[in-house]
Amino acid sequence: MVTIESKPPSGRSGEAVYFLVATVALALVAVAATAASKDPLFQFQGWIFTIAFTLGSFALAAGIASGKLASPQDRYSDNVIRAGVIATMFWGAAGMLVGCIIAAQLSWPRIFYFPDFGFLNFGRLRPLHTSAVIFAFGGNALIATSFWVVQRTCRARLFGGVAPWFVFWGYQLFIVLAGLGYLVGITQGQEYAEPEWATDLWLAIVWVTYLVVFLGTIWKRKEPHIYVANWFYLAFIVTIAILHIVNNLALPVNFLNHRSYEVWSGVQSALVQWWYGHNAVGFFLTAGFLGMMYYFIPKRAERPIYSYRLSIVHFWALIFIYIWAGPHHLHFTALPQWAQTLGMTFSIMLWMPSWGGMINGLMTLSGAWDKLRTDPVIRMLVVSLAFYGMSTFEGPVMSVRTVNALSHYTDWTIGHVHSGALGWVGFVTFGSVYCMVPWLWKKDRLYSNTLVEWHFWIATTGILLYITAMWVSGIMEGLMWREYTPQGFLAYSFVEVVAARHVEFVIRLVGGLMYLGGALIMIYNLWRTVQLPGSESAAHPANAVPAPLALAAE
Amino acid sequence: MATSSKFFSKHGLLERHSLLLLIGIIIVVSIGGIVEIAPLFYLESTIEKVGGMRPYTPLELEGRDIYIREGCYLCHSQMIRPLKDEVERYGHYSLAAESMYDHPFQWGSERQGPDLARVGGKYSDAWHRDHLIDPRSVVPESIMPPYAFLEKKDLDYRDIGDKLRTMKAVGVPYTDAEVASAADDLRAQADPNLSDATLKAHYGAKVNARAFDGDPDRITEMDALIAYLQMLGTLVDFSTYKADAPANQR
Repeated sequence: MVTIESKPPSGRSGEAVYFLVATVALALVAVAATAASKDPLFQFQGWIFTIAFTLGSFALAAGIASGKLASPQDRYSDNVIRAGVIATMFWGAAGMLVGCIIAAQLSWPRIFYFPDFGFLNFGRLRPLHTSAVIFAFGGNALIATSFWVVQRTCRARLFGGVAPWFVFWGYQLFIVLAGLGYLVGITQGQEYAEPEWATDLWLAIVWVTYLVVFLGTIWKRKEPHIYVANWFYLAFIVTIAILHIVNNLALPVNFLNHRSYEVWSGVQSALVQWWYGHNAVGFFLTAGFLGMMYYFIPKRAERPIYSYRLSIVHFWALIFIYIWAGPHHLHFTALPQWAQTLGMTFSIMLWMPSWGGMINGLMTLSGAWDKLRTDPVIRMLVVSLAFYGMSTFEGPVMSVRTVNALSHYTDWTIGHVHSGALGWVGFVTFGSVYCMVPWLWKKDRLYSNTLVEWHFWIATTGILLYITAMWVSGIMEGLMWREYTPQGFLAYSFVEVVAARHVEFVIRLVGGLMYLGGALIMIYNLWRTVQLPGSESAAHPANAVPAPLALAAE
Repeated sequence: MATSSKFFSKHGLLERHSLLLLIGIIIVVSIGGIVEIAPLFYLESTIEKVGGMRPYTPLELEGRDIYIREGCYLCHSQMIRPLKDEVERYGHYSLAAESMYDHPFQWGSERQGPDLARVGGKYSDAWHRDHLIDPRSVVPESIMPPYAFLEKKDLDYRDIGDKLRTMKAVGVPYTDAEVASAADDLRAQADPNLSDATLKAHYGAKVNARAFDGDPDRITEMDALIAYLQMLGTLVDFSTYKADAPANQR
């Protein structure tokens, strides 16, 4: 490994001082607002902010004093990625556990509900589950891998000194505010956009900083071309910023109250919400993870991307078409029919660019297919693409109005989401993290490939149990709702349909527990990998920015 | 083939200039949203003209906030689709006008429980109270969580004036008088010992005013939630609404 004794860079930790000033100021604002408010929920948030900003101030002050915040330009910034990997796995396990709990609640409501602990009710845990797996698990995975990929493909250290650390800790603060907030009853009642105005404002600040760090690193690049993975990451970051801001435009009840009311209402509110909601899928859970796919699959397979032209065509087609697809969540509602039809049309068209990405990823394995047999990590990455292909076919089918008449409001939708979330998002993340951990901690290999095999098969079986149970449950539900007796009466009361789904609920719980079990095996495997003796071989990408290029810059 | 190579070589420009790439992305992702969402704000046919719609009373608004706080929308839709079985099961399909004062909308996306768009008036207050305290005491197969704590918690409505003022600022047509008397109107709706004359002058004679949780001495969160549930879907006068009129075809 090339270790360049870095001379202390001039003006080191300069920007850290600004962050310190800002953090101290925010801590004071948080204390004052908490003291002045009469709203207990606002105070709850205020205390979290106060504690976080106070800890942040101390950490920054200590870091500046000890000189540890210097950012040597000849080294990649990898500690923040290590932290991101740990956070990804922690929140992943936590979010999946909450998912299993709420699945158990629907299976055995007499056992898993506690009349005196309202904060453990399904309605409060469900946003905790969705936010934890989408934003905490998925978000940390995206931030960590994007920091890895943008540095390696641009041959430049992350831009902004301590700013990447601000993004990391700021994002964890957002997660804690949102998650604990749901438990105590802070929500604005929009699916996947539940956090209230104070938390939303904080996320906006963190996210714009993330964009600046990412773009700044691209500006510093020593490669003439911006690598395709970075197009996807960039589209993800900038579009999520737009979606987040527009869908959360709201007026606080007053500035010392946690509650706010959205500026949009009724139909407009519904379409803005699903424009946001569907593109949280499109840009957070798809474009971002395609960025991950475009780096880690070629890297692991040691093959170039199958088609450069296909990546251009499917990139622009994907981001253009996705935005239109939101109204398919509102078929047969009070949304005007022209909007529903547009949404359906574009959802069907979306099938093609989605499969463009899948084909580009799968065909990258050309000439390396034998690795599927020998390397369980690449098998995980490839199976993630298979699930991606399956759910991006199922999605357009469900967006057809007549199919949607049956599937909407049923468990079919939940099964569809989970084939994408567990199969695609989860597996591509697991595969990428399995790649990155030995690189980051300078090990030759993972602790155990056998454990990766166990993880793969247990999790894959779990996903299949989950989605098949939800197909059966959802289609049965849709059919029973519309079933008539020969005399022309509705055949089933609503609650008969609920009772009929019990077996599927239990199978889903088993599938979910298996998936969680796989993740726990992974955590153990990674933990043991980190403890392996260090390696000095050149098998892993070094931490040093390639020297000649590093000298050429600056 | 030659033109296509030219196209792809032009793409190199975007790959070398991050700002061009960024601007390109922003333009491409903006088009769909603008085309679909913007017309909803000026096409007059988006929201039907109906009689009977009124803003929520202060107590109903507090009840709606509890409905949102407890995540009811995650299992219950408030959007009846114009399908034969749904209309027979739940009532007239939902109109856009019926959620025009909902900031944000509560149409929902799942039915772990039944649709609630027209639940108002279907069950007695006592049924709702029993059902919320222990759903399985009235529906043995139910998978709904228990909400016994609502009855034990006094409603905190110190900010109700600010809530109406904020709703007014985002477009709900509350009058200044309604904002000013929000707390009084709230008490008048939940406490049978108080006069409900001002409340009914503000929100109409049809407004339900009674001790929703059965206890006239306290105003609890249970009062607010049941008041909200009991008005859902009851506002529009369907005896005068002409679903087939050209103005209502969307």
